[in-house]
Amino acid sequence: MSLVDLVAFALRALRGHRLRTALSLLGVAIGVAAVVTLTALGEGARRYVRGQFAAVGSNMVIVLPGKSETTGAMPGFGGVPHDLTLDDALAVARGVREVDKLAPMVVGTETVAFGERRRQVALFGSSHEALEVRRLAMAQGRFLPAIPWDRGAPVVVLGSQLARELFPAADPVGQVVRVGDWRMRVIGVLEPRGQQLGIDMDDVVIVPVATAMKMLNRSGLFRLVMQVRSYADLGRTREGVLRILTERHGEEDVTVITQDAVVTAFDSILGALTMALGGIAAVSLAVAGVGIMNVMLVSVSERTREVGLLKALGAGRGQILAAFLAEAVLISSAGGVLGLGLGWAAVLGLVAVYPALPASPPAWAVAAAFALAVAVGAVFGVLPARRATRLDPVTALAGR
Amino acid sequence: MIRLAGISRTYEVGGEPVHALVDVSEEIQAGEHLAIMGPSGSGKSTLLHVLGCLDRPDRGTYQLDGRDVSRLDEAELSLVRRHTIGFVFQFFHLVPRLSAQENVELPMIFAGTKPAERRERALARLRAVGLEPRAKHRPDQLSGGERQRVALARATVLEPKLILADEPTGNLDTASGRHVLELLEQMNAAGLTLIVVTHDPAVARRAKRVLVLKDGSVVYRGPGSRIQEAVEILAAAENGP
Repeated sequence: MSLVDLVAFALRALRGHRLRTALSLLGVAIGVAAVVTLTALGEGARRYVRGQFAAVGSNMVIVLPGKSETTGAMPGFGGVPHDLTLDDALAVARGVREVDKLAPMVVGTETVAFGERRRQVALFGSSHEALEVRRLAMAQGRFLPAIPWDRGAPVVVLGSQLARELFPAADPVGQVVRVGDWRMRVIGVLEPRGQQLGIDMDDVVIVPVATAMKMLNRSGLFRLVMQVRSYADLGRTREGVLRILTERHGEEDVTVITQDAVVTAFDSILGALTMALGGIAAVSLAVAGVGIMNVMLVSVSERTREVGLLKALGAGRGQILAAFLAEAVLISSAGGVLGLGLGWAAVLGLVAVYPALPASPPAWAVAAAFALAVAVGAVFGVLPARRATRLDPVTALAGR
Repeated sequence: MIRLAGISRTYEVGGEPVHALVDVSEEIQAGEHLAIMGPSGSGKSTLLHVLGCLDRPDRGTYQLDGRDVSRLDEAELSLVRRHTIGFVFQFFHLVPRLSAQENVELPMIFAGTKPAERRERALARLRAVGLEPRAKHRPDQLSGGERQRVALARATVLEPKLILADEPTGNLDTASGRHVLELLEQMNAAGLTLIVVTHDPAVARRAKRVLVLKDGSVVYRGPGSRIQEAVEILAAAENGP
């Protein structure tokens, strides 16, 4: 019995009860479509997060004071032996060749006021390098001036939303605002940027790092953010930074985070999430398999007489098993194809509704969903097919 | 052709043993035309199933075409059924979704015959039973007599040596029944061994030899020309104690 004959025979049998076949096929299709759509969602989330990091800067290395053994955990607990100082920052900027630009950073909160209007916002102290390192852009005026890091200046750059709120009508550049107890001149306004790594960059003030340290009464930096010349230099940069700071502090008491590590951590978390979503969707495929088994059992008992006839005509057990298994696999693979189509359409719909989410099913999920669908047909088809082969030809023929 | 020796077959029905065949021994020559008669429950269907290798005797040996088929396993039996035996049933047993031609091709599909050859042989068999113009019709588009002729074409398409017919005319009007019998007799005349199970004396009379079964045993053997004797034995068996 050739494969072509087998498929042709099974197709003829399936056409005999179209509705039943279509419904069990639909079950498989829904399962496959669910796997495709849900993994596309997970993958979309992963790509979205990756995209967010790329917007921040892909060749970024961050140095935090304090030692932490695992990336991702909050460093700083358990004592900070040494401050990360401006001198440290200078030493790194000069000593590590791979560093293209380095911006020291101090972070706090401060009240900003202009006339009667007051706002409590995040205060960043940094340097003119931060413009490039943090991928910021100016809407108006200039960013922080290129002055030595240890020199302050009474100038401030405003986030876009803050600028709008403090100066609803007037041009903010050139105006003097009060930041805490300090009077400072507005020299520029940032382009709207939105959330960047959890901080709303539209609602900040940025001042020279030395000024910020004085205002906040800090002796150490919050972190160093640097941009490496090329992605391939990340490893060497990390080593260079650690060597210099260990030498200066007498021990290794800083944490170096490469963007790489952060992205990898998010990647693996969202990858696991995608797998989990796919797994949950796969359960519906198993349910669809039970549906196929049910349909095939009905089919076998309806065709008892036919099975008897086939045996009388000299069909072997293997051939009868193959004929009924072929039916189950045909249902499940046709359902698989339909499911891929449905899933594809659902993903397209999703992207149309949420263009920001780059949803697309990963290739492994598409392949696995289809393979699983076919396997489900084969596995759940075995029991009914075996039942058919075990029918006694005499009783099978007895019915009219 | 066929040698049955001491064949017994017992079923359990509701915990009670039913002796369908009791120590049946019989020889059937190649090319013979044999009719088997008997009241219902006499074991004639069981005998036909044993002869057709669809059922196994509990005891005794069955030699078919020089082979002891009572010892073969299921896979070998399916080959014997495929190549040595052709079945004709009272209710035709055509696959309703397949055309006449596809029904005739069915045994060749299991035998692995190539499609072109299959088509040719199926059409040749349909021509032989006068149904070539109806090759594309499905069973529900054919009359009873035509269906049985399709079944006949199917039974003979793999050129078996033995035709087993179970009440082949039981569901047909007289004219179509006669047509089917004539075709069966043509095949018998061409050398096929023909065994017909029937309760119709008019059918049995045409056989060369008649067996009458009662309670699983052969109670009468005689030529078809003396069918009246068989009918009397049968009547006695049906009315007897």
